Amino acid sequence: MTDERIYLSTDTPPAEPAVLVDDFTPSLITQANHHLCPGCGEPIAIRAAMEAIEELELAQSTITVFGIGCYTAFAHNLDVEVVQALHGRAPSVATGIKRMLPDGFVVTVQGDGDMVNEGLQEVLHAAARGENITCLLLNNGVFGETGGQMTTTTTLGQRTKTSIEGRDPHQHGHPILLSDLAATMDGAAYVARCAVNNAGNVARTKRYITRAYESQMAGAGFSLVEILTMCPTGWFVDTLEGPDYLQDTLAPVHNIGELKTP
Amino acid sequence: MSDRVLLEGSEAIARAAVAAGCRFFTGYPMTPFTELLEHMAALLPEVDGVCMNAESELEAVGMAWGAATTGHLAATGSTGQGLSLMQESLSEITNARLPLVVFNMARGQGDYFQATRGGGHGDYRHIVLAPMDVPEAVELTRLAFELASQWRTPVMVLGDYYLAHTYQAVSVPSIEGAAPEVPDWALNGSSGGSGSAKIISPLGGGVEGEEGFDLGAHYAACAAHIQEMSAGVEPLVDIGFCEDAELVVAAYGSVGKFVRYACLRLRDAGHRVGYVRPITLWPFPSEAVHNAVAGSTKVAVYEQNMGQMVDDVRLATMGAVPVEFIGGPSWDHSGFGIGPDINVPDISERILEALK
Repeated sequence: MTDERIYLSTDTPPAEPAVLVDDFTPSLITQANHHLCPGCGEPIAIRAAMEAIEELELAQSTITVFGIGCYTAFAHNLDVEVVQALHGRAPSVATGIKRMLPDGFVVTVQGDGDMVNEGLQEVLHAAARGENITCLLLNNGVFGETGGQMTTTTTLGQRTKTSIEGRDPHQHGHPILLSDLAATMDGAAYVARCAVNNAGNVARTKRYITRAYESQMAGAGFSLVEILTMCPTGWFVDTLEGPDYLQDTLAPVHNIGELKTP
Repeated sequence: MSDRVLLEGSEAIARAAVAAGCRFFTGYPMTPFTELLEHMAALLPEVDGVCMNAESELEAVGMAWGAATTGHLAATGSTGQGLSLMQESLSEITNARLPLVVFNMARGQGDYFQATRGGGHGDYRHIVLAPMDVPEAVELTRLAFELASQWRTPVMVLGDYYLAHTYQAVSVPSIEGAAPEVPDWALNGSSGGSGSAKIISPLGGGVEGEEGFDLGAHYAACAAHIQEMSAGVEPLVDIGFCEDAELVVAAYGSVGKFVRYACLRLRDAGHRVGYVRPITLWPFPSEAVHNAVAGSTKVAVYEQNMGQMVDDVRLATMGAVPVEFIGGPSWDHSGFGIGPDINVPDISERILEALK
């Protein structure tokens, strides 16, 4: 069988230096270089979130609230206002902002460790209150920043550094399906789950985020978009296997689609 | 100023907070803090402010954090137990350089260390004001919002059950005054798309003269700011009869008012006792305490705990005079910090014992 993986040769320098023709960076991302791992899905999700803000002409009324995770690296690279919050606390911080600035547009960015482990009660209470904010969950099923430990969204059988033989429900419990839970709240107006593992899903992610933003603009109440993102480093798979691993491991449990619409 | 009216401490403090420009309050009920939350819930809508029923103290401090980033004056609070839950955020809010007023309606005086040593993780301090009664609490509440804005830092008003629940005739300014203007550093979304959108972060950025995301540089700047506050915030202290005092008694808060009265009565009876009552617990009025006790032969510290402020008194006196702890925990069955020992005869007896 032929080995079709791509190898980079480091023996000789490239013949011609690469020339940047166009980096296609959205205008609200000021610094496209980042230190996230190759194959990470989070930059794609952040990009979709920023493009949607730009397209809806919300840049000058947006305040974003960032949790703590790998994506935090983007907090200083955006041309929208940012409040850096603690792990788990972004929906409460966003609540304080939105209540004092009802005309402001407020978006939170959290990972699965941040929102579903440490901050589960905050996001659910924000949903129940019908807080008119948009929460984005970047769900890769592991603690990526600390190197691939089990989170509460890790699927059964999934191997992590703290569930070495695979997540066992008797020892580690069952995964929490955050969007399904949030959709049951009366205050939730829009809840959807998508992924960034192929072009079709990236387009769907952008579409869902736009709908969530429109829901906030209409004052409909709480909106949540959960985005399944690749973490090949935290999953201990080859970079190029990330999208398939997401499809086979996370997507069958955390089902993609709109769960609640206004 | 309005005429004096009979108000419960909690209501007087709530009115003073709104009069000082507070427009956001949030909390979680807990005795003896609860009434402050109730009064804020009633008062804030009258001035188009917001009071939130937080689902926990964790959420309360998070909401207050968010409100503070908008430049409107925000406050929260609890009892020491609830403040324990808030400490992670309070530490980070300090590093994010945000003004916030925090009320601790404590049970007894066991929270002195929590209040004055930063309380949470990391290397920081909060300005702490400890009123002895309702009129002083009204004045210190105004000062707390002023200092919070001036220094862009959390300021704590440390009260207790007596302060929260005692009715006293007091002058409180009208709540109808305008709130202070929103400062330039505040967020409202409008700097987005400008190429240099604002950021407010405990990890750095957002403070004038600071660029980007350099944790080491940011923590150094935060440490320098704490030093500046330590030197720049005026220490407040109430001192009496110390010129010729043989024994000086140190106490703070409402217990300090009992001690002050006991000293007054002992003076009347011919005993050479004086008192010092620190009002700012951080920065601690070390120099004033040092000078006040210089001529005495002994210092006695009365606190309703196992001895916490006594450490600061010892540091202030630097061994110049012996320091003796004459307080102690005093609880009734409720556990709300109403001490049966907090009475003038009992306190006087301990002072006389220390005089021997």
